Amino acid sequence: MLHSLSTYLHKKPRLRLVALLTTPVLWLVIAYLGALAMLLVTAFFTIDSFTGNVIQQFNLGNFHDMLTDAAYKNVVLRTLGIAISVTFLCTVLAIPMAFYMAKIARPKSQKILVALVLTPLWASYLVKIYAWRTMLEPGNGVLDWLLGPIGIHSPGFGGPAIIIGLSYLWLPYMILPIYAGLERLPNNLLDASGDLGAHNFYTFRKVILPLIFPSLVAGSMFTFSLSLGDYITAQIIGGKLQMLGNVVYQNFSINLPFAATIAMIPVSIMALYLYLVRRTGALASM
Amino acid sequence: MSKTVIVSIKGLSRSFGDVRAVAGVDLDIQEGEFITLLGPSGSGKTTVLRMIAGFEKPDAGTIELAGIDVSQLPPYERDVNTVFQDYALFPHMNVISNIEYGLKVKGVAKQECTTRALEALRQVRLEGYGERKPSQLSGGQRQRVALARALVNRPSVLLLDEPLGALDLKLREQMQIELKQLQREVGITFIFVTHDQEEALTMSDRIAVFNNGKIEQLGTPREIYENPVSAFVSEFVGQTNKLTIAGKNINIRPESISVSQSTGAGNQSLSGVLQDIIFVGAITRYLVHTSSGVVISVNPIGDLNVGDAVMLSWDKEKEFLVH
Repeated sequence: MLHSLSTYLHKKPRLRLVALLTTPVLWLVIAYLGALAMLLVTAFFTIDSFTGNVIQQFNLGNFHDMLTDAAYKNVVLRTLGIAISVTFLCTVLAIPMAFYMAKIARPKSQKILVALVLTPLWASYLVKIYAWRTMLEPGNGVLDWLLGPIGIHSPGFGGPAIIIGLSYLWLPYMILPIYAGLERLPNNLLDASGDLGAHNFYTFRKVILPLIFPSLVAGSMFTFSLSLGDYITAQIIGGKLQMLGNVVYQNFSINLPFAATIAMIPVSIMALYLYLVRRTGALASM
Repeated sequence: MSKTVIVSIKGLSRSFGDVRAVAGVDLDIQEGEFITLLGPSGSGKTTVLRMIAGFEKPDAGTIELAGIDVSQLPPYERDVNTVFQDYALFPHMNVISNIEYGLKVKGVAKQECTTRALEALRQVRLEGYGERKPSQLSGGQRQRVALARALVNRPSVLLLDEPLGALDLKLREQMQIELKQLQREVGITFIFVTHDQEEALTMSDRIAVFNNGKIEQLGTPREIYENPVSAFVSEFVGQTNKLTIAGKNINIRPESISVSQSTGAGNQSLSGVLQDIIFVGAITRYLVHTSSGVVISVNPIGDLNVGDAVMLSWDKEKEFLVH
């Protein structure tokens, strides 16, 4: 039965393609693009200020409010700042780690290290952020207990805490693509650079960095976009600080169209980011 | 005529885990010579080359370059350049940038960089290819770029790690001749690593035959071929017939033996039956079954057919002893 089905499909390449792609395409169109389209459409609706019901009528009022209110501009800039800092911190931490994993560690420990990098992903997001809450707790947190005696204190809850928390959460997503990129980088290119007189730093700048650039972009797309859209970390260890996600979350129940408008900001920023990355040509070699 | 020693290797050893890759190598290399490190894979020749380049550190021994011990220096502080087995061209740079790399590192002025890079491109006969990326070149062209990238730095020694291994036979033979010519032209000492004995015989002024991490024999191609000091060398370089005649072991090259139906011209002879005739282009091998095993000859006299009773003949002075 299965055998004859395979034989039949083998003769019909088009049908084979349809059978292969129907499910993922349906999922992509309905669940993924559908949701995005709803978001976009809703952003142009408004609500009845008396009843709180959504009025399905096209207008630009939400965008006007969002662009003119300085408070939102601050949230956007703050969120951008946090996402950039997280991406930067992850990159700085991930490059030496990935370099060690790909080029220095023995093949056996390489596999163990990859597994270790992945282990934090097995734990729940919430558990990890609450763990950071106890770590960062001013006064009696783990950080103060450990480093207080040498005069270093927890930054408390706020921007720095969010950056630390998010960097911790997304670091594996930066390490893995860089590790993969460095693994593909032939060792003899590093030998050749040294042979031609280059110090290690020169080799890093002129050979390693340009060749792992697509990996950096891949990693940054995770760390940057995940940070842009996050709101739970800010809620738990952000103190009074708000990110874009928090604004969306707050408006979700009281003014859905406005929440949708705000949600368009990270989406647009990511679209712009992808466009800029595309122009560097990094996407072509990914 | 006494020549200056440019590379002096003394007691060089290197182990990887339990494996002694290089086990006490002594070698003096003269300025301007083309020396080949020849040996099967795992014989230590590449490790010696990598230690001269500085990619590996020796466990023991010294490497002197122009009289200075460089064995503990990093690669970028040694006046040698390497042509890698699979070229190791930087894929994100075009040909000119690849060639200029070493000059830019050393802070040579931009104008001079370009002039010298173009000159090097001309030397390897790749004018007009400067703007191409390595991925747009054939294997032979990449090979030439790798050569130009190393030579443009005018190192005192050029190290070549099986650079022709990836090329097809025709191109390889052409490159062997070109390399030899180029070496004469630039006058730089070439240390060439290969496992191909024919390549070694074709190009080298001297050959160091490696086996089990040691130099088994050092000499000119003719010395190595005509007077191999050991069974290993005689078998690795060229073909050898091993015979036992009257209780004595003798070795003799196939081209030193003639095969005919009557007694030949040589002062030594052995009878047998022609077992097979193998045509390999320029020569034809005659396999003769004798009381001493199968003997190969490449010099037939008269018309011979498989199954004929034949006589092998050679001169005693063509025999050589091995230890």
